[in-house]
Amino acid sequence: MKFDTIIIGGGLSGLISGIRLSKQGQRCVIISSGQSALHFSSGSFDLLNTLPDGNSVNNPIEAIEELAKQAPTHPYTKLGSNKFSQLAKEAENFLKEVGISVKGDARKNHFRMTPMGTLKPTWLTLEDHMQGENADRISWKKISIFNVTGFLDFYTQFIVDELAKIGTTCTTYLINFPALEHLRKNPTEMRSVNIARVFDNQENLDEFARQIKAENGDCEIIALPAIVGLSRKDAVTYLQKEIGKPICLLPTLPPSVPGIQVQQQLRARFQEAGGVFMLGDIVIRAEKEDNRISRIYTNNHGDIPFSGKNVILATGSYFSQGLIADTERVYEPIFDLDVTFSSNREQWYDRNAFAAQPYQTFGVRTDKDFRGLYKGEAIENLYISGAILEGFNAIKEGCGAGVSILSALYVADRISSK
Amino acid sequence: MNLQQHNISDNNFEQCIKCTVCTVYCPVAAVNPDYPGPKQAGPDGERLRLKKFNFYDESLKYCINCKRCEVACPSNVRIGDIIQAARIKYSEKKPTLRDFILANTDLVGTLSTPFAPIVNTTLGLKPVKAILDGVMKIDHRRTFPKYSFGTFEGWYKKQAAKQAAYPKQVSYFHGCYANYNNPQLGKDLVKVMNALGFGVQLLEKEKCCGVALISNGFINQAKKQAKTNIASIRKSVLEKKIPVIATSSTCTFTIRDEYPHLLDVKNDDVRDQIELATRYIYRLFSQQSAKLNFKKGEKKIKVAYHTPCHMEKLGWSYYSIELLKLIPNIELTVLDSQCCGIAGTYGFKKENYKTSQDIGASLFKQIESCDFDVVVTDCETCKWQIEMSTSKRCEHPISILANALE
Repeated sequence: MKFDTIIIGGGLSGLISGIRLSKQGQRCVIISSGQSALHFSSGSFDLLNTLPDGNSVNNPIEAIEELAKQAPTHPYTKLGSNKFSQLAKEAENFLKEVGISVKGDARKNHFRMTPMGTLKPTWLTLEDHMQGENADRISWKKISIFNVTGFLDFYTQFIVDELAKIGTTCTTYLINFPALEHLRKNPTEMRSVNIARVFDNQENLDEFARQIKAENGDCEIIALPAIVGLSRKDAVTYLQKEIGKPICLLPTLPPSVPGIQVQQQLRARFQEAGGVFMLGDIVIRAEKEDNRISRIYTNNHGDIPFSGKNVILATGSYFSQGLIADTERVYEPIFDLDVTFSSNREQWYDRNAFAAQPYQTFGVRTDKDFRGLYKGEAIENLYISGAILEGFNAIKEGCGAGVSILSALYVADRISSK
Repeated sequence: MNLQQHNISDNNFEQCIKCTVCTVYCPVAAVNPDYPGPKQAGPDGERLRLKKFNFYDESLKYCINCKRCEVACPSNVRIGDIIQAARIKYSEKKPTLRDFILANTDLVGTLSTPFAPIVNTTLGLKPVKAILDGVMKIDHRRTFPKYSFGTFEGWYKKQAAKQAAYPKQVSYFHGCYANYNNPQLGKDLVKVMNALGFGVQLLEKEKCCGVALISNGFINQAKKQAKTNIASIRKSVLEKKIPVIATSSTCTFTIRDEYPHLLDVKNDDVRDQIELATRYIYRLFSQQSAKLNFKKGEKKIKVAYHTPCHMEKLGWSYYSIELLKLIPNIELTVLDSQCCGIAGTYGFKKENYKTSQDIGASLFKQIESCDFDVVVTDCETCKWQIEMSTSKRCEHPISILANALE
C-alpha cells in the first residue's frame, strides 16, 4: 500500500498533521491502535500554564524564552520563540477552519472549569463551555445547574461548593423523563455518551428545554453537564433559543462527549480530504533502507506492507503504548528509537503523588527538525509529534494539547517543504 | 509456582483501565439498555466470574459479537472474545428449536434448495410468517433470504475440469450463502479469477464456518465443523500449496480468528493463507502481475460501500474499496463504518428485531440520503438487512467487478 505519508497514531496530533498534509494533496494513511485520549478531553486545549520551576504563566508567548532556559529539550524550546508564536496563531486558525469553534488567545491564558468546579488556566476552550477571566472570578453571580437523575459522572455539590468560595451562588436541579428513565434500566451505564444520545432525539431535547424553562429561578446563566447530544452539535444554541437565557456547558468525568465530537470531526475532515483511516490495527515492525523507513508491517495487513516517502510517529505516551515502561527501561516499541529516561528506576517517580513525576518527561529524542534519533542519528524520513516527545510534563506544565498540535503542524510543514 | 500463569488471561483483560471507550462504540448499548455494554459484560464481569461462576449474567446474550469494542479499545483488550467465551462457558440457557434451525445453515440449505421455488413462496406468505412468529419467535417483519434452485457446488461440478486446466490455482471457501442462496456470487468469483489467469478449486470438504452455531450456543457442533474445515484447508494450503480465498467477511474472520480464540481449534500453520478474495486480488495488483479489462463507455453508476463489522475488525475494507476504484464507470462513496444491526441470526429473532432495526437506523438514513444506484458490501447478512430496510439493492464487490469485465 503506497502513500506519501504514513501516520502512526490517530489522536489529536496524528489527525492534525494528517489533515494538513491531505489538504496539500498528499495521500496519507493513519494507522491507529484503538481510540485516542481525546475521549478524556476537558473541552479545553492547554498551551503553557506553568513553568517547570512552578511559576505560573499568564502569556505563553512571552514565557518561551524562560522555558528554554529551564527545559532545554522541551518541544517548544526546539521550535524556538518565533516559530512557537507563529504556530500557536496558525493552530487557532486551523481549528476554526476544520469546524472546531474555540475561544482563547496564546498571548493570554483564560480559565476553564474542571468537573470538580475549580478553575484552571488554559489556552483554547470549546465555544459552548464555561470560561473565567481570572483564577478567582467568573462573570456570573447566580447560576442554575441542571443535572440528569442517576448520571454517574457529574457531581453538582462539588461545583456548588467551589463556586461559593468565589462568590457565585448556584442552585441545582435534577431532570428526569421517560426516555432517561428507560436508560436507567442499566444503572451502571448512566454515563455521558449514553445520555448524550438521548438528546440527539429532537423530542427529548424539547422535553429537556421544557423542564428547564419551567423552573430555573432568577439565574443569569444556566449550566449543563456536557451531555446534550452526541451527533448533533447545535443543541446548546437550540436550547438557548428555546429557553431565552444564556447556557454554558461544564465538563464531566470521562468519557468526554465534547472530546469525542472533536475526534469525530477531525477524523471526518481527514477522510474528506482523501485520507485513509485504519482503526484497530497495530504496527508490529518496520524495515529500514539507507537510514530511511521503507516499509511498515501491521497486525491486520500481514504480508502486505505500507510504504511511504515519510512517516510520522504520533503514538502518544504510556496510555496508548507509544512508550512502554518495563522493570528496567522505557522504550519505544516500533522503531526502538532513543528514549530519554533515568537508568535508576528510583528516580522515575516522586513518592509525593502530587509532585512533578519525572517519568512524565521521558520520551523519544529528536533532532531540531523533530526527526527521531536511532543510536544518536536522525532517521531521515521519520518525524515525531505529540505526547511521545521527550522533555515536557504535560500535567504539571499544562502543555499537552499545545505540544500535540504545534509539533503536528511543524512536522507537517517539514514534510511538505521537502 | 508461577503466579503469572494464574492471574493472566488469554484475552488481555488485565490491561483494561476502565476507560469506557468500548461502551461508547457498542452498537447494542446505544439502543438497548437491557445490555450492560462491553466494559461491564467483558472485563468488569470477568473479574467476578473468575471468582465465582454464578456472577454470569444472561444479558450477555444481547452481545452481537461485532467486535467494534475491540477495534475501539486503546489497550488491546479482546473484549468481544471475553464476552463470547463467557457465554460458551457459563450460559445455562439451552438453545431452542428456532435457534437450531437458524444456526444450521448447511442443513436447512440442503433441505431447501431442491424445493427453492416452493420454499421461497411459502416463506413469503403472511400466514406462514405469522406462524413462524408466534410459534418459533422468528420475527414476522423479517424478509427471508431467497434460496436458490440448485447449489453453487452443483453448478461447479460441471466446471471442475475446465478450472483444473489453469496453470495457477486458488481454493474457494464459498460459504453457505454463495452455495444455497446466491450461487451467482460464486460464479462471479470464478469469472474474475479466471480473468486474472487463476483456476478455482473447491475444498475437499467444506462445512458451514460455524459462526451461527457459535452465536446460538452449539459449540460442540461448531468445533466439529471447524476441525473438518481446517483439515481441508490444510490439505489445500500445505499439501497442494494452493491458498484459500473466500467472499464472505464473516466466514473469513471466523476461520482466521474465532477458531483459535473461541473454539480452541488451532490454525496458525495456515491462517495467513486464508483470506478474502478482494485482498488476494489487491495483492496481485500491487505486485503488478495482474490486469483486468473493463467494459468501456458504460453509464456512470453511484456506488456506496458499507463496511461490515467483521470487515472493520479484519481492517480489510481498504482492499475492497481500492478494487472498486479500479472500475472506470463507478463513482464511489464510502459510508460511515457502522453496524447494520442484523448480526447474522440475531436480527431474525423476535426479541431482537427492534434492537436490530434501531442499530441500523442511522446507516439506513445515510444510504437513503443520497441517490446511490447500488450499495456494495462484503457480508451477506448486511446485504439482507440493507435490502430489507432501505430501497437500495446491495451487491458483493466481486459481483460488481465481474459485471464490469469485458
